[in-house]
Amino acid sequence: MHPVVKTVLHRLALGVVTLFVVSVVIFTAVQLLPGDFGEAVLGQAATEETKAAFRRELGLDKPAVLRYFDWLGGVLTGDFGTSFSGRAASGVDRSREVADLIAPRLWNTLFLACYAAVIAVPLALIMGITTALWRNSIYDGVANASALTTISFPEFFVAYILILLLASLNPVFPSLANVDSSISFWDRVYTLALPALTLTLVIVAHMMRMTRAAIINLLASPYIQMARLSGAPPREVILKHALPNAWAPIATVIAFNLAYLVVGVVVVEVVFVYPGVGQLMVDAVTSRDIPVVQACAMIFAATYIMLNLIADIIGIVTNPRLLHPR
Amino acid sequence: MTDNSENYTAAGEVGSHRTRRTRYQRAMIGLGKAPITAWFGMIIVAIYIFVAIFAPFIAPYGEAEVFPTPYEPWSAEFIFGTDQIGRDVFSRLIYGARNTVGIALFTTILAFLIGGGLGLVAAISRSWLDHLLSRAVDVLMSIPSLIFALVLLSIFPPSIISLIIIIAVLDSTRVFRLTRSVALNVVVMDYVETAYLRGERLGWIMRREILPNIMPPLVAEFGLRFCFVFLTIAALSFLGVGIQPPTADWGSMVRENASLIQFAAYDIKAGLTPLLPAAAIALLTVAVNFIVDWFIHQTSGLRDDH
Repeated sequence: MHPVVKTVLHRLALGVVTLFVVSVVIFTAVQLLPGDFGEAVLGQAATEETKAAFRRELGLDKPAVLRYFDWLGGVLTGDFGTSFSGRAASGVDRSREVADLIAPRLWNTLFLACYAAVIAVPLALIMGITTALWRNSIYDGVANASALTTISFPEFFVAYILILLLASLNPVFPSLANVDSSISFWDRVYTLALPALTLTLVIVAHMMRMTRAAIINLLASPYIQMARLSGAPPREVILKHALPNAWAPIATVIAFNLAYLVVGVVVVEVVFVYPGVGQLMVDAVTSRDIPVVQACAMIFAATYIMLNLIADIIGIVTNPRLLHPR
Repeated sequence: MTDNSENYTAAGEVGSHRTRRTRYQRAMIGLGKAPITAWFGMIIVAIYIFVAIFAPFIAPYGEAEVFPTPYEPWSAEFIFGTDQIGRDVFSRLIYGARNTVGIALFTTILAFLIGGGLGLVAAISRSWLDHLLSRAVDVLMSIPSLIFALVLLSIFPPSIISLIIIIAVLDSTRVFRLTRSVALNVVVMDYVETAYLRGERLGWIMRREILPNIMPPLVAEFGLRFCFVFLTIAALSFLGVGIQPPTADWGSMVRENASLIQFAAYDIKAGLTPLLPAAAIALLTVAVNFIVDWFIHQTSGLRDDH
């Protein structure tokens, strides 16, 4: 087997193992919940029969290991169980399937994340590369100082500044991201301008700084100096000598920051009241709707692990030196 | 030096130049050469510490004192107006310095005690314990910490203590990694071996032999971790699952007053109210980042003993 394939398969296997362990952690964390699920969800007034029925539905009469595999089997087939909300002490059950709650919101979140990424990635790469090439210029100084400042700002601060400037004082964009399935693509793009812009500002700063550091590191290596000394024109040095070795660090930077987007999206969705998975998760945490929390956490963790895995694999495939460690 | 020629000795002259400055003197000289950004950072941090300590004397009203008019505009009586149930925003901002910064600082210290201690033990022992801890940290770090914190917060009762413990444990994973990796380089030194042979205990070797030699990166990391913890707690409080009312806290203050921002077109001051606590968070993070930047430059760069 080719060593590239072997290393990639190894990383993939490692990713699957991590995902499995993470699912165990998320599942057991919830098992630590003190007290009785039944009473907490159905309230004090619930009769013994309703509580017993609820416990049976959750499988609380079965051992934890068995319950874990039931849950994992469900997760793998897209069945995350039933939400805790909408249940009454009288036994009336208006609760909804977690998968039905999440599906439309997941699409919304993905749309927002992709929207932000489409703007942020090219912008950050161009800024990172140009600041690295013209380092110590005024442009570099200004870009760096503003990036450091943006990184220090909490996401909601950036969001509210944008709302104040672009929605409240100068009503250019809507301040609330009210969307439903009926609106058209371009309307959606317009409505989501501010949330996407917030996410863009937050990750561009990180991405630009990391790209700049990676490129500067690369330009300082002896073989680039050699190429320069040999009289190669600057464009050839960059395109032919520097760029092939820059793909790996750049890919890592992109994937790392897209993973960061996963976290940023939670706060931004709450600020703009955008119906996405992040907002659902925060609501579920407040109301202690455990199945929903578990499902959202699994989705976020899986995305995060997957993006980091992709970064790893791109790093391996584009950089032959990584194939022979030590 | 004004030596008269009778009692002049070469050794005396050399000796007089070799007088070592005390730690305090060296610190003062270092401070004198600090760049303007570092000075800015230190002044801001000093102001925050002052406000946090003397909050009850500076604040005109109590932290949870409710006045009859909610959303009062800015005036001489209420400098930044009142919030949605009529509490003085200015007083809550001042108490927020104590609560928000205090909780974040305490959490960071706890994270360093857990992560730093375990990291040192792992680096010294290099046994099954090291493997176990490292794998556990790998797993914890593969979940974004805000997401994991949300999962844990949905389980434990909402209190400041559980918030501090959850964030400290999640954040100690990063401290563990750093401490372990820098300590590994020191553990193999001869003087550590000598200490072993002298019969020193594990605790002594950790504190007296290894810790002083890995201090600079840990101090820089402390600043960065503090910023991260501070922002995480602010984000959680903003989401409504962190520090709970009536405790004055900057994150939740932003959330409570956020609706005011819509009125900015009619009254710009009202629109600015929810931004004040957010700006307070941002200013402190920027200030700490500036200090850390300078500190890293100082300790990693050329270290002259003048």
